[in-house]
Amino acid sequence: MIEAVGLTKRYGAKTAVYNLSFQVRPGVVTGFLGPNGSGKSTTMRMILGLDRPSAGHVTIGGHPFRQLPNAPRQVGALLDAKAVHGGRSARSHLLSLAQLAGIPAQRVDEVLGVVGLQDVAKRRSKGFSLGMGQRLGIAAALLGDPQVLLFDEPVNGLDPEGILWVRNLMKKLAAEGRTVFVSSHLMSEMALTADHLIVIGRGQLLADMSVTDFISANSADFARVRTPHTEPGQREKLTAALMEAGGQVMSEPDGALRVTGLPLPRISDLAHDADVRVWELSPHQASLEEAYMRLTQGAVDYRSTDDRLAHLQPPQQPGHPGYGMPPQPVVQDVPQQGWYAPPPPGQNPYAGAPGQQPVPGPYAPPAAQQPAAPQPSDTTKDAR
Amino acid sequence: MIELEGLTKRYGAKTAVDHLSFQVRPGVITGFLGPNGAGKSTTMRMMLDLDNPTSGTVRIDGKHYRELQEPLKYIGALLDAKAMNGGRSAYNNLLCLAQSNRIPERRVSEVLDLVGLTPVARKKSKGFSLGMGQRLGIASALLGDPEILMFDEPVNGLDPEGIHWIRNLMKALAAEGRTIFVSSHLMSEMALTADHLIVIGQGKLLADTSMADFIQENSRSYVRLRSPQQERLRDLLHAHGFIAVEAGNGTLEVDGATTEKLGELAAENGLVLHELSSQRASLEEAFMQMTASAVEYHAHGTDVHGGAPAPGPQWGTTSQGA
Amino acid sequence: MAAVSAVLQSEWTKIRTVSSTVWTLASALIVTVAIGAALSAVFNSTFDDLSEVERATFDPTLVSFFGMTLGQLAMVVFGVLVVGTEYSSGMIRTSLAAVPQRATFLFSKVTVAGGLAFAVGLATSFLSFFLGQALLGEHRASIGDDNVLRAVIGGGLYMGLIALFSMGVAAMLRSSMLSLGILMPFFFLVSQILAAVPKVKEVARYFPDQAGSKIMQVVPDAMNTEEAPYGPWAGLGIMVLWVVAALAGGYLVMKKRDA
Repeated sequence: MIEAVGLTKRYGAKTAVYNLSFQVRPGVVTGFLGPNGSGKSTTMRMILGLDRPSAGHVTIGGHPFRQLPNAPRQVGALLDAKAVHGGRSARSHLLSLAQLAGIPAQRVDEVLGVVGLQDVAKRRSKGFSLGMGQRLGIAAALLGDPQVLLFDEPVNGLDPEGILWVRNLMKKLAAEGRTVFVSSHLMSEMALTADHLIVIGRGQLLADMSVTDFISANSADFARVRTPHTEPGQREKLTAALMEAGGQVMSEPDGALRVTGLPLPRISDLAHDADVRVWELSPHQASLEEAYMRLTQGAVDYRSTDDRLAHLQPPQQPGHPGYGMPPQPVVQDVPQQGWYAPPPPGQNPYAGAPGQQPVPGPYAPPAAQQPAAPQPSDTTKDAR
Repeated sequence: MIELEGLTKRYGAKTAVDHLSFQVRPGVITGFLGPNGAGKSTTMRMMLDLDNPTSGTVRIDGKHYRELQEPLKYIGALLDAKAMNGGRSAYNNLLCLAQSNRIPERRVSEVLDLVGLTPVARKKSKGFSLGMGQRLGIASALLGDPEILMFDEPVNGLDPEGIHWIRNLMKALAAEGRTIFVSSHLMSEMALTADHLIVIGQGKLLADTSMADFIQENSRSYVRLRSPQQERLRDLLHAHGFIAVEAGNGTLEVDGATTEKLGELAAENGLVLHELSSQRASLEEAFMQMTASAVEYHAHGTDVHGGAPAPGPQWGTTSQGA
Repeated sequence: MAAVSAVLQSEWTKIRTVSSTVWTLASALIVTVAIGAALSAVFNSTFDDLSEVERATFDPTLVSFFGMTLGQLAMVVFGVLVVGTEYSSGMIRTSLAAVPQRATFLFSKVTVAGGLAFAVGLATSFLSFFLGQALLGEHRASIGDDNVLRAVIGGGLYMGLIALFSMGVAAMLRSSMLSLGILMPFFFLVSQILAAVPKVKEVARYFPDQAGSKIMQVVPDAMNTEEAPYGPWAGLGIMVLWVVAALAGGYLVMKKRDA
């Protein structure tokens, strides 16, 4: 269990972390997200006693890191893969760490086996690739068989097999009842790994909730519906019926319909009533990335210019006539670049004014949990 | 267009790249995948004429790299975020490159602006974070406004906003008809970005196919059905020779069928379906399946080839947009 | 072929936008001039303590160049860093992707850096000469004396050639640290020690610095040293051969090896 209370760090006039309070619980993988410069690394460093908070405190198992008896056996951390003396072999590097912490030498060979470095254990780590360095760093974190583990960008430099391995390793460690705290920029990876999320922006807490709640709270689910392409009339008939029932319908490039605002059984019934045959009816949840981007909009310090990019965007934008379906001015194409599902109204207090948002309480359930979210009034909103 | 023909690289007895032949076509994003040590980097370096092939050739628009007049106007590459002189400012690093290929100086400010580095343009690049170095590398690739772009692990060190940006940038560049060749270890990222895949393992070509075909060929795909009349549905499917497996949560899974066929079947028989979706494995699973034998470092302790689809939202599980 | 003028311009930008250029060249100039001036003043005040022969073969021009023994090391650092930093920073891959023709790339770099080194070298030698002579009082030489102008210009050429030689070595070794680790002790110690050992000095006098520095002597057996079996221009020629060999070696390495 890691517990931060009112954690604050100032560097001169700049506040890197402000009044951060959260708990990282054992038994689950907790993801730690935030844009560059949001204070993630500073927070990690304060947890590990490397930086001293300007105010507030953070404890591991009830003690500040520096007061932990035999810290290496309770906390393992991977912060920077290159923090290894390159002239030493992997094994002697780990051995020196083990001796410092009074860990038996046989554990060194054990962890080398766990990370798959046993064959290169005697090689000097200078010649290691980023991925091998990363594995060595993970081995060092596991050395003391600690109950609390922190990983900063653990899949950096790993190949697909290594990424899969790290993901499974973290899940296994959590399943053993350990506290696993992972920071990463890779949303798609986080979506597969983490159970719980802590999101910060500009040093302040933006969200502290489960992954599924996070996605539901920050984006809309939708359904994809396809009708027989052999009979274009069916598509129009269904579109009309769906809109009449209060659904929002957009057109996807392959002619399928993207429907928000109606649960799947209702869509099914409407199709049935309209005598429309359905070739596909699939539920879709927005991605973690979309949800994250929506939440952190405006909390990004460091942004690529959009205006310059504009000339690189394909001309296709909402409002242009769609894919061979002239008689339907009402059905808009799904924008292809940077499209996010519009957020349900009232559920996304962040998009407008970041910096002074109300922070949801820990584990606060999202306001509403309908199968499909209620409708925003403005579907033309292009979030890009 | 990039063409490789019988490209081979040996280091002593070890063959890093083994008779590799493929083409990278314009207008699409071609992903370049392979486990560590498969020879990806060596191949990319030979494509830029940085390493000399033991045999075989690489042609850029029909020419050898060394024959290119002002190569940055043909091909831009991001190989390594740190391939800049840290003692020089970001602006000056790009200026040297621009001048050597007679690219006008205002283009330097333009690309810096495009990658969002204008505020730090005059700062020495050695103080840059990995993500900023990456943006600088991307700026250098775009400098000559080239028709061909190569990116080696472009999202390395970028934050989610940066990842999102580079993905859309690559898509926009491909949509303009440019040739985009991108390597990455992040399958989930590749699944969102690439249209075509080239997969190598131990220096040899393993696959050269479209993303959809690759996933189809290397993994199981099935149709998931959900109906309030589940009993009737199952009987109906059995009667028509489909094998429907109950998968919990009131869903049925059917192998070897299309959603179209099952949709028609349900409609003909007046059955209500609450879900009719085609399920495909993720690119990661397909990739693991294919390269299982070509991996150099095996980790122990956990099952690395977990066959079951990982829980949680899955990328590329359906045909949407792909 | 990438246009040579464009590559030259690019290399000029590279060289003027790193701070090491300024501090290496400035220290080459300041160290050489300052030590030359100090030694000139010392020789002037202790001239009467010199032995008969030394007084007979006293070479005021050479004395004012004594600072070059140390100042040339800064030139070595300049030459090594110009090439070596491409490798240590990883810039070489970006550079070669932009200018894949190895010869154009290397020789443009060498031309720009060499030209700059020659310019600074000439400024250094003229400054050293005039300041040194001013401090040598009645023992001074005049720029109009026989061979003096040749020695002063030669001093500038010598410094430029040292820089070029270092660039060639760095291109061969592809590493700043390794090149400096070899060149600094060589020029500062090894060459000077070997040149003083009997028998060995027969070989050592053909080393680039030993041969090249003869151009700075107005009196052939200056300060009672042994006369070389070659003249001042032949000595500089020997040094040029060394430089050509080093640069050719550097080019071959760059052409053959993977970047």
